[in-house]
Amino acid sequence: MIAESGHYALVLAFGLALIQSTVPILGARWREYSLMNVARSTAVAQLMFVAASFAALVTLHVSSDFSVANVFENSHSMKPLIYKITGVWGNHEGSMLLWVSILALFGGLVAIFGNNLPISLRAHVLAVQAWIASAFYLFILTTSNPFLRIANPPIEGQDLNPVLQDIGLAVHPPMLYLGYVGFSISFSFAVAALIEGRIDAAWARWVRPWTLVAWIFLTAGIAMGSYWAYYELGWGGWWFWDPVENASLMPWLAGTALLHSLVVMEKRNALKVWTILLSILTFSLSLLGTFLVRSGVLTSVHAFANDPRRGVFILLILCVFIGGSLSLYILRASSLKQGGLFAPISREGALVLNNLLLTTACATVFVGTLYPLALEVMTGEKISVGAPFFNLTFGPLFVPLLIALPFGPLLAWKRGDLLGAAQRLMTAGFAALFVLAVVWAWTHGGSTFAPLAIGLAVFVIAGAVIDIIERIGLFRLSPGIAFQRARGLPRSAWGTMFAHAGIGIALIGIVCETSWNSESIRTMKAGDSADIAGYELKLESLTPRQGPNYREMVAKFSVLVDGRIIDTMTPSKRNFTTRGATTTEAALLSRGASQLYISLGDVSSDGAIAVRIYHKPLVLLIWFGPVLMAFGGVLSLSDRRLRVGAPKPAKSVRGLQAAE
Amino acid sequence: MTRKQRRLTIIGGSLAVLAVAAALVLNAMRDSIVFFSTPKMVAEKHIQPGKRFRLGGLVQPGSLVRGDNLKVTFEVGDGSAALPVSYQGILPDLFREGQGVVAEGSLDASGVFKADTVLAKHDENYMPKDVADALKKQGLWKEEYETKAKAKGGARTDGNAASATASGQGAVR
Repeated sequence: MIAESGHYALVLAFGLALIQSTVPILGARWREYSLMNVARSTAVAQLMFVAASFAALVTLHVSSDFSVANVFENSHSMKPLIYKITGVWGNHEGSMLLWVSILALFGGLVAIFGNNLPISLRAHVLAVQAWIASAFYLFILTTSNPFLRIANPPIEGQDLNPVLQDIGLAVHPPMLYLGYVGFSISFSFAVAALIEGRIDAAWARWVRPWTLVAWIFLTAGIAMGSYWAYYELGWGGWWFWDPVENASLMPWLAGTALLHSLVVMEKRNALKVWTILLSILTFSLSLLGTFLVRSGVLTSVHAFANDPRRGVFILLILCVFIGGSLSLYILRASSLKQGGLFAPISREGALVLNNLLLTTACATVFVGTLYPLALEVMTGEKISVGAPFFNLTFGPLFVPLLIALPFGPLLAWKRGDLLGAAQRLMTAGFAALFVLAVVWAWTHGGSTFAPLAIGLAVFVIAGAVIDIIERIGLFRLSPGIAFQRARGLPRSAWGTMFAHAGIGIALIGIVCETSWNSESIRTMKAGDSADIAGYELKLESLTPRQGPNYREMVAKFSVLVDGRIIDTMTPSKRNFTTRGATTTEAALLSRGASQLYISLGDVSSDGAIAVRIYHKPLVLLIWFGPVLMAFGGVLSLSDRRLRVGAPKPAKSVRGLQAAE
Repeated sequence: MTRKQRRLTIIGGSLAVLAVAAALVLNAMRDSIVFFSTPKMVAEKHIQPGKRFRLGGLVQPGSLVRGDNLKVTFEVGDGSAALPVSYQGILPDLFREGQGVVAEGSLDASGVFKADTVLAKHDENYMPKDVADALKKQGLWKEEYETKAKAKGGARTDGNAASATASGQGAVR
């Protein structure tokens, strides 16, 4: 019954989406308010039905109803409750349902909180949102129905892929989807603006918080996924330049660019046409990511060609939405009026440079991700594009971006003073040179790359802090006044500082981990010791243990510094009987921002076990940086101007910004 | 500056950045792309020693020899040819004789493939895609691979897992 109700609710949501995608548009055309308002109620109702459908699937998984194919294939009655729930989105059908649920959630939020939007804009936005939703409902209902029953229900399920039985799965996919799908709002706003042929600074003011929300989730989601891969896979790697990772990185790069161009549009009413294009591209890249992950094209180009239903369907959705929106853009973009003038050296100019470098970097990732696919389809030649390619292309493009980054916030709107900004950044420059010299001296004879990169990171962090110091007049004014100015400073300024400093911090982590990572691979018997980076690791014992749905071999290591035990680490190797699969559970020990990392290999015939030990200096900064960036985003989001100022025309608010 | 000059500055700057990016991409394409070969293709193409490529095929049953210090040698075959491979390090969890494998490295002077990376992109049901494609092409594909894979399809096509399973392929060094 539950499965059928869930299926039925999904069909109803599809029906509502169809209504939502047509009626409001007609209403806007005929200037009929009652018809335009249909968008609102259908969006909310659609959200309720799809939520009911999702809840039904969760219930089926929790109650281990193996008469449903999706539950049978991905669940097991012995599985812990948390993984029964997260297993809902650990498979194709369920994760697509999560995708549309989040899409409906964003649509519903616009409907509920969009009171201050002009009614026709809201109608258009919700209608475009419903177009996307309809396409994906149809996709789920025709090709990936999660509620299909099995004629002869089996007694036991096939269990979830063991790699996915981890708390990371609970958090990572929903976060990532909130980011991916969140960009659908800026897409819908862009298409709505093109349909209406009207766009102004107020538009940017409405879009910015939504883009920011999506960006925050995507940033956190990517960082989370990276950490998950790091501890779960047992290789000690945190980024593999894998197509699936690139699929999430591309929308992030485009979304970051969009976030910055929206600022220009909101403040200066310039870059309209470009911002619209970027909104379309960002969501297109999210759709592309969905296609790459969902169609099976990555697993095998041939599998994709042999079982074309899912792949071709998503490809069709991709072509219709990207092609359609870009055609609309070409038709209507010229009718959008160009806005404010600015000199190349100005805040606007700096943000244009930011956009240029971010989108170009995004393009290189795009090429590196899709070129192997294209080549295989066209010539049958198989190649792999890995880290070396991206280090040679993506890296060099990020260097000028990071050098320019601290200058941006210090330049004035319209016409900036580069020399003045450089003078104010002098302290940051000296700090960077000082750190560079110290690191160089400390690692003398080592690579020249690492000290330079760390110097650059310090420059970025110091630059971000100096911007705030300049604004509040710290050291220049009396502490009391500086404190008052700090309190009066808009939260978005603090947000900018945290986000920018976060990049520098992540860079320090990345450089330290890649340059000074020590590793030791060896076989050990109980009683053996291994030395790494000043730590002594002693293998105390090897014991088998029984878990809820697996058996594991646990190794107990004592960690010694100067002969004194400071901690123990227990990596293990799990064997999941149902799937006959093995996973490696690494043990991590954090010392400050650095980590010790142990993962196990096979036990050989003489009872020795292969062990992989890493010491990763400052590795935690890699993820602390993005967390700080997301925190900066949250601060900006809580800015009064975004909450209260949104509906007001740009003019009346501008007076308040003199302080900047 | 007039509007036109300003626009030209921006367009010129954009073109310059794009040109640099294109140059970087082309340069990287030349040096850092790794081709995929099966033992048969290696024999036909006469790949030079020292040139990096990815070798895919089945680990020949009975060919795995474990030496001291985590050194291993095994043979990778594709039905018509086989190539000896040497590797030092920990093999992936699912490395087994008779299973598909992808190794990255280069040939040495004596014709042995020195692998520095053995990819573990598959679980026990799932062949690395390159290997599966190559086997199919040569008619060595056994239906049982497919039926097995299908029965447990959920894990393979699962998606968000993707970041784990697909990125999961991490390399053994």
